[in-house]
Amino acid sequence: MLIGLFNDWIVVVLMMIGLYIVIAHGNLIKKLIGLTIFQTSVFIFYISMAKIDGGTAPILADGITQYSNPLPHVLILTAIVVGIATTALGLSLVVRIKESYNSIEEEEIQQQDNDEQLSTNKAEENA
Amino acid sequence: MDIIITICSGFLLLVGSFLCISGGIGLLRFPDFYTRMHAVGVTDTLGAGMILVGLMMLSTDFLVFAKLVMVLLFTLLIGPTTSHVLAKAAFHNGVRPKDSNNLEQSKEKENTSSIL
Amino acid sequence: MIDIVLLSLLVVIAIAIIRMKDLFAVVMLTGIYGLLSASFFVAMDAVDVAFTEAAVGAGISTLLMLVVITMTGRKEKSTRHKPLSALFVVMLTGGLLIYGTLDMPYFGSADAPIHKHTSPRYINDSMEEIGIPNIVTSVLASYRAFDTFGEVVVIFTAGIGVLTLLCVARSQKNDEEIDSINDSMHQQHLVIRIVAKMLIPFIFLFALYVQFHGDFGPGGGFQAGVIFASAIILYAMLFGLSTARKVINQTFVQVIAALGVLLYGSVGIVSLMNGGNFLDYNVLSSNPIAGQHLGILLIEWGVGCTVASVMVVIFFNFAGRRAFQQHKKQAQDKESSAC
Repeated sequence: MLIGLFNDWIVVVLMMIGLYIVIAHGNLIKKLIGLTIFQTSVFIFYISMAKIDGGTAPILADGITQYSNPLPHVLILTAIVVGIATTALGLSLVVRIKESYNSIEEEEIQQQDNDEQLSTNKAEENA
Repeated sequence: MDIIITICSGFLLLVGSFLCISGGIGLLRFPDFYTRMHAVGVTDTLGAGMILVGLMMLSTDFLVFAKLVMVLLFTLLIGPTTSHVLAKAAFHNGVRPKDSNNLEQSKEKENTSSIL
Repeated sequence: MIDIVLLSLLVVIAIAIIRMKDLFAVVMLTGIYGLLSASFFVAMDAVDVAFTEAAVGAGISTLLMLVVITMTGRKEKSTRHKPLSALFVVMLTGGLLIYGTLDMPYFGSADAPIHKHTSPRYINDSMEEIGIPNIVTSVLASYRAFDTFGEVVVIFTAGIGVLTLLCVARSQKNDEEIDSINDSMHQQHLVIRIVAKMLIPFIFLFALYVQFHGDFGPGGGFQAGVIFASAIILYAMLFGLSTARKVINQTFVQVIAALGVLLYGSVGIVSLMNGGNFLDYNVLSSNPIAGQHLGILLIEWGVGCTVASVMVVIFFNFAGRRAFQQHKKQAQDKESSAC
């Protein structure tokens, strides 16, 4: 009874851990890792929905009547590979940010931007 | 005949599992990096190897047997290599094995620091 | 039972990831996290997904993050203010989501709504309509081929994005210097280099097996592409980037990535020309089942080519950027010491 929803609750907990890392941590790589955790929790949600008690892997064979649902497997299979490709894109943005700001901490980057904004404003006023 | 095979494979599986567990305990309990790596090496090669041989004796299908042989070969090839690379990387980065001299020295240091 | 243990371990590792400040340890933990979720997918009967997650989550993503950490530094700075508001938002959202799960069907129940619609057709009719035992492959490559086409284009676009962001113009002089470093390093990695040389052909062989056996067992273009790329990445890591670039020309790999997408699209165009719908393989051959087999083989080949070459291109660009930065740093050091 209670254990029937255990997977869903774990998914929610993992998802919230990922969200917390994205919100509360300033390091950009840590944020990307938080996004990965969030993403994996969605994968776990889909895959545990597909499971049927007493079912087997969806590969047709003689003497088996009950298969787990193949459709979520297909969706998640492609989502994993797309996920790594987009994560790589995010990481390459982080590398470029490090090169131009010499930092990957959110606060320091914001600080540098603010300083730059202030100095340009002052220069305009002087002109 | 069947019963001998079952008993043999059961014995091998048991020994393999015991070695895996002892490797896990060693990883937690051993004092420094190199002895811990030794524990992991035991799990990797002998523990996994024993379990694989035990499963091979039970397998009736030739394809399953062949796959298990392949897995065994690759673990035997990869396990020692990873241990070697790990040890080399650790030594290269200045992790030194703890011997009795070092232990005494560190104890002395602790003593002096506590005095200070 | 085993799935409950694995899920609890996942939560423990996720909490450890929050607490750790050393990014190197965090990346290693994400590798373990990926491997654990792959084991969970095996327990949930999703063998194809587990295959992909083991290769991607525990392999390539860990590797890419490690390369990035060597460029950006491995210590996370601690934030001064307490993240109470973030905690509040997360708790609130989590509470609402848990309230929402109370209406969900229980785990493993066969009469859940998800099992009532479309999937019975795939399970019951795919053998007559497509003619291959692995239902996941037949749904991926035939029923939902248009969907998969979109995914492949997304991967290709991400590869182009990384290329535009990190591409470095290489000079010949750079390569020679890296070569001299490699020669001096050669003695140091003798054991692992020899073992890797023995293993790499087998990894390629395994990737091809996964590629072409995907109709009958777990496998297919996505998994095969990632495994193929990981063999090339292993070579590049052990023998240096410039050596790997001599063996595998990067321009050639980029062309292959585009050709994979082109092959996929062309199969759709050919089926349009033969009077069917886009990516309707029945018209590719006189016998519908043979047409399905041909279509699935071709598009899986296209997917494999694109995924493998995009992964290789991504790794080459990250590692190339790193070598470029190191080279620039050395030049700066030389200048400052000369002054």
